[in-house]
Amino acid sequence: MADLLSNPGFNPILRVEGLHKSFGGLHAVKDVSFNVNRGSIKAVIGPNGAGKTTLFNMMAGTFPPSAGRVCFNGETVTGEKPFQMARRGLLRTFQNLKLCTGLSVLDNILLGHHTRGSAGFLGGMGASRKSRREERRAVEEVMPLLEWLDLTGLARTEVGNLSFGQQRSVELARALAGDPALLLLDEPAAGLNMHETEDLARRIQEVRDQGRTVLLVEHDMSLVMDICDEIAVLNFGEKIAEGIPRDIQGNEAVIRVYLGGEDA
Amino acid sequence: MKRYRPVAAVAAAVVLIQLATLILGKGFYLTQLTMSAYYVLAALGLCLVMGYAGQISLGQAGFFALGGYTTAFLTTRDLTDLGGTAFFTVLQGLGLVIPKETLYGGTVIHLSPWVSLAVALILAAAAAYLLGVPVLRLRGHYLAMATMGFGLIVYRIVLGTRLFGEADGLVNVPGFALVPGLEVSGEMSSRIANYYIAWLVVLLVLVLLINLINSRVGRALRSLHGGEEAASAMGVDTARYKVKVFVIGAVLSALAGFLMTHYNGGIGPSEAGVAKSVRYVAIVAVGGMANLWGTLMVGSVLNFLSLRGVFGHYDEAVFGLVLVVMMTFFPGGILGAGTLRTFKVRLVEILNRVRRNRKEVIHG
Repeated sequence: MADLLSNPGFNPILRVEGLHKSFGGLHAVKDVSFNVNRGSIKAVIGPNGAGKTTLFNMMAGTFPPSAGRVCFNGETVTGEKPFQMARRGLLRTFQNLKLCTGLSVLDNILLGHHTRGSAGFLGGMGASRKSRREERRAVEEVMPLLEWLDLTGLARTEVGNLSFGQQRSVELARALAGDPALLLLDEPAAGLNMHETEDLARRIQEVRDQGRTVLLVEHDMSLVMDICDEIAVLNFGEKIAEGIPRDIQGNEAVIRVYLGGEDA
Repeated sequence: MKRYRPVAAVAAAVVLIQLATLILGKGFYLTQLTMSAYYVLAALGLCLVMGYAGQISLGQAGFFALGGYTTAFLTTRDLTDLGGTAFFTVLQGLGLVIPKETLYGGTVIHLSPWVSLAVALILAAAAAYLLGVPVLRLRGHYLAMATMGFGLIVYRIVLGTRLFGEADGLVNVPGFALVPGLEVSGEMSSRIANYYIAWLVVLLVLVLLINLINSRVGRALRSLHGGEEAASAMGVDTARYKVKVFVIGAVLSALAGFLMTHYNGGIGPSEAGVAKSVRYVAIVAVGGMANLWGTLMVGSVLNFLSLRGVFGHYDEAVFGLVLVVMMTFFPGGILGAGTLRTFKVRLVEILNRVRRNRKEVIHG
């Protein structure tokens, strides 16, 4: 670790240092530090209640940490709001889908494109040339995403009428529409069948191959082991292990608290 | 251009209604139809705030009164005493003062309504901003209560201040000359012209709002209603957007109040009343919340009937009843798809609950 940090070529996209969160007397996350390397797929795993989602929310700006530091792209961003993190290039999906019901699939995905546009209230009201051009371009830019996720025929469908798996796809497309440098996926395989999970695994790898970094919180062990470059394991809010999948699989502590617990 | 088709339909309806009043010899209806247009304008502003940004405001009448009272106050002052000051000279140089003869042969000098228009809109925007920044952090009922507080303050100020005419309001407000020969005023001779001015303003605002809703910003606004967390995660500064929408809604209401005051030649404290704010909320709710067309249609019909005195003494009660019925049976408005089905579902739900309660009373 120390030699990694002293290496001048070492430039993680996300660095978390001594992150701590307590809710009242409950310490949900205790002194967690780790890096996410540029262009990698990393997972945070751990049993239920281990603090994974809390950790996630602190990185995405949903709430500030009680202590510690979050660095994104070399800048300290601790305590910034979600919309500020989004503008920096960190976009996320939600464990419990948060789609805008009443809006079409296309509109939901275009919402993800928000940070890439600039037309404001006045431009919108006047339907200015710039505003209309931007809108056309936005549609052109997100259409390949719909195709990639087999949603093309559903562009005008109200998002509430989609199957759960399709809704998950819309969430992924929405986050990708913002051209994120770092994509945070909160339990992306939850509720998906095996076939859909395989599709998801392939797609996450394709996202990485586009040069993006992916950080996911996940329960599905096979997914994590298959596609991740690195894994961090949380238990009771503390990081108990970190490394490549093979090492994690063989790690005594991990087997005891997590894998073993699940098999039993 | 497809999105403007309904605007054209409304424009056609506006013309047809005028022709109908002409043929039927009911030209006097145009007065109430003109006033309805201005109330609709204020309701459209609220529709944006409530329907599209999901924020309930009970202060819309406060902004309406702010616009009306500002212009009534400013355009009825005699500026003769200011003559010679630098401020007056500048106004005079810009052609923004209007000398007038009084009944007794003297002259008074009034401020041009163009100046009071600017002042009214800026005041409304500033008030909405100052109110919105702290208040829009609150949600649901709290926001409704805070905006209602604002409405009450405006109401009490205009009612209790000598300068604002107390219970009598302000009168003798001059017409607002748009171009020579065409002014917003209650002159009988310009009744038809005023009807068209009012509805033209409504149509213009409608086009602007439709554009907005269909833009990048509009999409973010539509997502706020129910999906605030997602909108924020996608880079939308939700707090700022809410404040901006609130300001736009307030400015539209103040514009409506401004025009109405010049049309009526005065304004009274009832325009600032909370009952009026509730009326706007009822109109938007009946129209289906996020539905500019619903607000437009319901607003024109209900206001017209109310202004014609169809509801008699029960005017406010009718709007109250409308709100109760809407919230109970048609939470999605009456002009949306599946309205009848929702109604049936709600009715069955309520009847079942009543039956169950009765059983409990009997057997329990």
